[in-house]
Amino acid sequence: MDGLDGVVALLVAMIRAATPLALAAVGELVTEKSGVLNLGVEGMMLVGAVAAFATAVMTGNPALAILAGMLGAMALALVFGILTLGLLSNQVATGLALTIFGVGLSAFIGQGFIGIPIEGLDALHIPGLSDLPLIGPVLFAHDPLVYASVLATILVGWGLYRTRVGLVIRAVGENHDAAHALGYPVIGIRFLCVLFGGAMSGLAGAYLSLAYTPMWVETMTAGRGWIALALVVFATWKPGRVLLGAYLFGGVTIVQLHAQGAGLAVSSHLLSMLPYLATIVVLVLISRDRTRIRLNAPACIGRPFRPSH
Amino acid sequence: MWPRLEARPERSRLMIYLTPLIAAGLTGVAGVILFAALGHDPLRALHAFFIAPLSTGFGWSELIVKATPLVLCALGLAVGFRGNVWNIGAEGQLILGAICAGGLALWAGDAKLPWLLPTMVLAGMIGGMAWAAIPALLRVHFNANEILVSLMLTYVAELLLGYLVHGPWRDPAGFNFPESALFGPSAQLPALVEGTRLHVGALFALAGVGGIWLLLMRAFIGFQVKVIGLAPRAGGYAGFSQARVIWLGLLCGGGMAGLAGMVEVAGPIGQLHPQISPGYGFTAIIVAFLGRLHPLGILLAGLFMALTYLGGDTLQIELGLPRAVTGVFQGMILFFLLAADVLIHHRFRFGRRPVQPRGGDRHGRA
Repeated sequence: MDGLDGVVALLVAMIRAATPLALAAVGELVTEKSGVLNLGVEGMMLVGAVAAFATAVMTGNPALAILAGMLGAMALALVFGILTLGLLSNQVATGLALTIFGVGLSAFIGQGFIGIPIEGLDALHIPGLSDLPLIGPVLFAHDPLVYASVLATILVGWGLYRTRVGLVIRAVGENHDAAHALGYPVIGIRFLCVLFGGAMSGLAGAYLSLAYTPMWVETMTAGRGWIALALVVFATWKPGRVLLGAYLFGGVTIVQLHAQGAGLAVSSHLLSMLPYLATIVVLVLISRDRTRIRLNAPACIGRPFRPSH
Repeated sequence: MWPRLEARPERSRLMIYLTPLIAAGLTGVAGVILFAALGHDPLRALHAFFIAPLSTGFGWSELIVKATPLVLCALGLAVGFRGNVWNIGAEGQLILGAICAGGLALWAGDAKLPWLLPTMVLAGMIGGMAWAAIPALLRVHFNANEILVSLMLTYVAELLLGYLVHGPWRDPAGFNFPESALFGPSAQLPALVEGTRLHVGALFALAGVGGIWLLLMRAFIGFQVKVIGLAPRAGGYAGFSQARVIWLGLLCGGGMAGLAGMVEVAGPIGQLHPQISPGYGFTAIIVAFLGRLHPLGILLAGLFMALTYLGGDTLQIELGLPRAVTGVFQGMILFFLLAADVLIHHRFRFGRRPVQPRGGDRHGRA
């Protein structure tokens, strides 16, 4: 029975580790589908994490805290949108600026919140399902944000490929001149997609500081925003594969943590390198097929758009 | 009425030099608002941030000490950025440079070796270049995004340094602190001015400015980098190799960052420990942009950004504000610069839209 409990704990931990990656990557996927590359995911996640945590400490209301996390990250996304879409700044440089600013701002805001304990998010209890043996604890005893990540992936997949709105978003990302000629407000649509990406990054950050490790630590995202960016490439811009990739990376993180816990005779520093090295390996494996990347990447990604008339 | 953005017929040379100053000015204004919102006297805070650190000779020497690694890293990054090679892992390359140079210093111990420092310089540069060669190789041969790879390697480098100073390289006489032994005297960079931390590393930065200027402005390869960066297809038709530009950009970035790492551990720090850099490699990205990817501009921008570190320290002492205020200011400067840069290719017009000749904006901004 001990072994079985261990497996359950491992799967639960894996799902929890995958959740922030999935949330952030699905948001960034929508942003990129509209033709905008926002490299500021890490910064937005951090601001989301600190905004959510500060709100949780001050109000004790988890719903309000989650909302604050989303709004905080969206404020940063708004700045990104104004700069890249309104003032035509370089998207790569602006995304980097967003991350640098987000790291600084979150550390600044979070200074007074270091070491304060909060109650993490409560798990949802689904009558009947949560009490099932094995399946119950693995699938039906999580906090709401875990389900939100799965639901968001399904909704984004359905929205992008089965609705008119999704078609317009993809059109704007594939050929902004044609979309503009058809009368679609390219800048406006991109702005909304950037804000959506921000909201999802904020949700991911809120998950980290409210549920995953309920506390605030400077740069607590530890590169998850960048891994989320890599996941979008790994998934070749397909929502379902984003979720798959997130669980894969969640698995790598957890196996590594458990190996440390089990007293494997390898330094914890070396083991902690695994998720980052795995990201590089996966990126290489996917990117080496240039045709596949070219076929799947939004054609206008990273290119500024200014209507000539 | 909203002002309209109108494309300039050609980019404004004036604005290229003016926008960094506009950005610095706007950051000052934003600082006033920020400090006032936090309930501090804004003028006193700005004085503490920008002026007080430079009121003594020691302050100026500290400014140069902080500017040295920033300028070194930014010089190397500029080579890549000009060619649209986005190396953002200078922090990791700096750490590898510090590890390689530091390893040599620890091996030498207290022995008197006249060739030790030059070898450490070489080791630092090679370490940084080797770390940067990974994203270059993966980008050229496997099309892997150099932004993500170089950044992931920064986390790996930090963990590697942590492993070394917690494990094999920990000082046996160091009371179990995660730090190496102090370097011997022949592994320390000599001081330039007695009584300050100013060391010969500053001269490396000046030499770097000259070297990178020659490479970018006078060498044919510098021209190739520029063409590939502005118009990759035109570069391709001219027979310039993109792979070569990627390799050059990343190796320069890695080499200079590795040198910066060597300068830090053999200069002001004198040993290896987990926090050898307060994010110099990331701040150097801002320095490179603020300096307009030009070596002389980078020198000035490096000094200015070094001030934000000193200013953060003074604010902490005088007003009790967290040091993270440095990061906030650095981010704001880059935001304002990117926003103001719109004026290089565009101008604002008020009033009604005139009849425009067909064609519109053909400037593909990099």
